[in-house]
Amino acid sequence: MARTGSRIAAVAALLVTAAACGGSASPTVQTDVGITSNSILLGNTIAQSGPAAAYGTIANGELAYFTYLNNTQGGINGRKITFKILDDAYNPAQTVPLTKQLVEQDKVFAMFSGLGTQAQTSVRDYLNAQKVPQLFVATGATTFMADFSQHPYTIGWQPPYQAESRIYAKDVLAKHPSAKIGVLYQNDDYGLDYLKGLTDGLGSNASMIVDKESFDVTAASTASQLATLKAKGADTLFIFATPALAIKSLVIVTALHWEPAIYLNSVSNVQVYMGVAAKAGAALKNVTSVGYIKDPTDPQWASDAGMKLYKTVIANCSTCNVNDGFNIYGAAVAYTMADVLNKAGSNLTRANVMSIAASNLNETNNPFLLPGVVVKTTSSDHFPIAQDQVITWNGTGWTLQGSLIDERGTIK
Amino acid sequence: MMKRLRTLPPRYWLVLVVVLFFIGLPTVIDSFLSGEWAQALVLAIAIMGLNILVGYSGQLSLGHGAFMALGAYTSAILAHRYKMDYLLTIPIAGLVTGMIGFLFGVPALRLSALYLALATFALAVVTPSLIKRPAELTGGVQGIVLLPPEPPQFAKDAFAALTGAPMTSDQWTYYVTLAWTLALFWLAWNLVRHRAGRAMRALRDGEVAASASGINIAGYKTLAFGISALYAGVAGSLFGLGTGFVSPDSFPVGLSIQLLVGTVVGGLASIPGPLLGGIFAYFLPIESNQWVPTQTWIPGQIVSTIEKAGPAVTYGAVLILVMIFAPNGVVGLVTTAYTRMRQRLRGVPDRETGQMPSDHQTV
Repeated sequence: MARTGSRIAAVAALLVTAAACGGSASPTVQTDVGITSNSILLGNTIAQSGPAAAYGTIANGELAYFTYLNNTQGGINGRKITFKILDDAYNPAQTVPLTKQLVEQDKVFAMFSGLGTQAQTSVRDYLNAQKVPQLFVATGATTFMADFSQHPYTIGWQPPYQAESRIYAKDVLAKHPSAKIGVLYQNDDYGLDYLKGLTDGLGSNASMIVDKESFDVTAASTASQLATLKAKGADTLFIFATPALAIKSLVIVTALHWEPAIYLNSVSNVQVYMGVAAKAGAALKNVTSVGYIKDPTDPQWASDAGMKLYKTVIANCSTCNVNDGFNIYGAAVAYTMADVLNKAGSNLTRANVMSIAASNLNETNNPFLLPGVVVKTTSSDHFPIAQDQVITWNGTGWTLQGSLIDERGTIK
Repeated sequence: MMKRLRTLPPRYWLVLVVVLFFIGLPTVIDSFLSGEWAQALVLAIAIMGLNILVGYSGQLSLGHGAFMALGAYTSAILAHRYKMDYLLTIPIAGLVTGMIGFLFGVPALRLSALYLALATFALAVVTPSLIKRPAELTGGVQGIVLLPPEPPQFAKDAFAALTGAPMTSDQWTYYVTLAWTLALFWLAWNLVRHRAGRAMRALRDGEVAASASGINIAGYKTLAFGISALYAGVAGSLFGLGTGFVSPDSFPVGLSIQLLVGTVVGGLASIPGPLLGGIFAYFLPIESNQWVPTQTWIPGQIVSTIEKAGPAVTYGAVLILVMIFAPNGVVGLVTTAYTRMRQRLRGVPDRETGQMPSDHQTV
């Protein structure tokens, strides 16, 4: 009897060992730096002070969406998202140490939605060398999508600037075929990208551009450039400028008693800032732009489920202005981020998340984007959003014109 | 020899302690923080240069950020386009910037105080825009991306023997920067105690009196500008080594102001002052932006103001406090306290010592 007992014990011990081995092997949870059993740490650098401080609220909108996810659904697959935001004041010299801090000291899983073309260029090589995903950078500079093969750990999100100005080119050719175009652009990647898209889009009609004037992002005013454009006889004005200078330019145009048809780049067309320009004396006649995100001030979305969700989400941010379009931008890109993490499931490695974001994305239901806008990447196409819709200013808000225009595949 | 060692004034021992502290620092802090400290030392070098100009020779410059940009671009272009070893480019960057500073000093002589401040300020405003123009040379607005420096094998081995982990590029950058800091601080110390330094101080305290004593005013003023620019150039070059990226917007006008604030806070016309100023100027904005929002006792209104305005608010507040409580900077505060303490301990009132008062630390 005693023998049998010991035998059973031995078999039991064997079974337990086997079960234990199997137990540790079966749930194949693969993780990486910045992931614990109940948290995911993401990092971000953005301008919350300095010349582009207007953009700072984007990160607050993103944080509000993650807070909403954490509170209502317990985060993603049981992991709550921690989002650490640092202010780089739009100065690349600060982006570098802050990003290093997030990667090496805070040990973030990935950088998410960092803002600024120069700022994000300054850390792109570093993040790629460290194999830390630089996800959905908040810039439409074409290089962040087009140069994926050299920088496989970097991906953009919003429509590339070149695609947007190609749409303007189409609109000009259709509506003002004899226009004399004057271009005001910021002298950097961002402004030159827009200019290139416009020139390419006009194609053989590029001679319609009678003059182009540039300014630096640190410039105090664009008055002399606008006066020159007016003097050159332009009747159609393109403004490729960030919010502060775009508002100023709109005011200066009116002060010059000039009434051109105006095309305003989407990075500055937030309704709140148009209101600021109007208050400061801008006439805002005949202003055209493009959009791909629902405008919180547009009454047509009043009963829209996505807009209602946005209002619930943004209530998590006490300092956010619900009407500020940058906040809904933040919520929309955070939605894509959550989507990617959801898809990664239990395989939460940097390589897997990067591959989903850059090559296997197909999001057709982002509630904050205009109906029909698809966030999509494939192994040969790394431009997540390539659709825009023309909008015109009606005095108090933007009116959608026509239908979505798809520029997928035109920018390489 | 032993006797000489024993009679060394206490400040020599203090210098030794400080040097050993900085040499040992990377073995106790992590690689990332070493990189941060390297940047603080970079600012210390630039501030030392500014201190020679402002503190010792009494001229004001609001444009030293521009000289840093020149140094950084000289090195970056040589290393990136002409494949030169980055370490070799550092002295070249210093000399080139020093020459340009010297040439800038020639017309600057004709300008007094406020006008000179405005002229240098204009330099700081214009430089980022100028850099963008020859895009083939400077990379235009995209800037130049530099490879992180690879530590040489002997340094890797030595560091691994000490700490058990091979040296990272941030730690190597730190030691390169430290070596330059020590060399340039030693040079500055020698400069201000000898003929040229005495001449500069004389012309700072009274131009007419100095020229009556036979000091070449024009010569020494331009010399001060040149040396000061050389320091800024080396600092700029080391800045590029540390961040691995130079772009026009890395050198905004605010940088020049940051350097000047660092000079004043550390203590004008002192050798340890720029070191403290550099540490202050580098860490204050980073720490204040990250520390203030975590403090629950600070009213929300103030927190959001500071967050919106960035480090400028903290800078302003600290500068005002320093001006009120320590007009000679941190170093001035410490030396005054030390002197008073000694007097109290020895019971000898100042007047009875019959010694000349120490150097005025004024602009």
